[in-house]
Amino acid sequence: MTLWTRSGRPRPQSGGFELAVWYLMRLSGLALFVLALAHFAILHFIFDPAEQTSEFIINERWSSLFWRAFDWLLLQMVLFHSFMGVRTVVLDYAKGGLRTVLVTGLYLLAAVLFVLGTIVVMTLPLPGTR
Amino acid sequence: MLFRYRGSEGMLAWAFHRISGVAIWLFVILHVIDIYLVGGNPEAYDELLAIYASPAGRVGEVLLGGALLYHALNGLRIILMDFWPALTHYHRQLWYASWVVFAAVGLPGAFIILRPIFAP
Repeated sequence: MTLWTRSGRPRPQSGGFELAVWYLMRLSGLALFVLALAHFAILHFIFDPAEQTSEFIINERWSSLFWRAFDWLLLQMVLFHSFMGVRTVVLDYAKGGLRTVLVTGLYLLAAVLFVLGTIVVMTLPLPGTR
Repeated sequence: MLFRYRGSEGMLAWAFHRISGVAIWLFVILHVIDIYLVGGNPEAYDELLAIYASPAGRVGEVLLGGALLYHALNGLRIILMDFWPALTHYHRQLWYASWVVFAAVGLPGAFIILRPIFAP
């Protein structure tokens, strides 16, 4: 069976790491279909950016653990999916040393963003505790 | 050129998926840093959000939302065909169907985001 999709990446035949990434891209993609679209709809259709000050984030948006957990899960899914997606682009266009440098840079940047996002979502005081 | 090279909808679907994905990735980098400012430098966050709420910012958000919606719908199309290969024969029809959903959701969405420019 050599049938594969026109715009997706063919399922890697080698197995191991690449096959795991292939499945995880689809799994995180499904999660993001719900999480990212809901996030965008809430913050653009229900709330307007004009009212989204720091105070709004503290007193409203992140006033419950549910929305913090929701956004932390979104952070993990989007960092994995977007950085592994860009890694696929790098693998398509770069070879040798440049490829190693770019992929390593992507992993480092993803790690830094994971730490920054985790710090803010976990340490921002809940309303009334500051 | 774009339409002649290999010609088909499948190639365009792939190109749009890649371009929208890289664009969303760039925004994700900005967005994690800006939300970090809520804890680190709330005044800077408020200033940045004022830019997001400006007319130019709203046009950018419509483009971002369009990229997100296209990537989500086409991604679903890819997953469907990956796990139900017979659907690959209808990849073109599925792509057109995703554009119907894109318009049905995206046009009202763009209206909601852009409305404050004209009716503050």
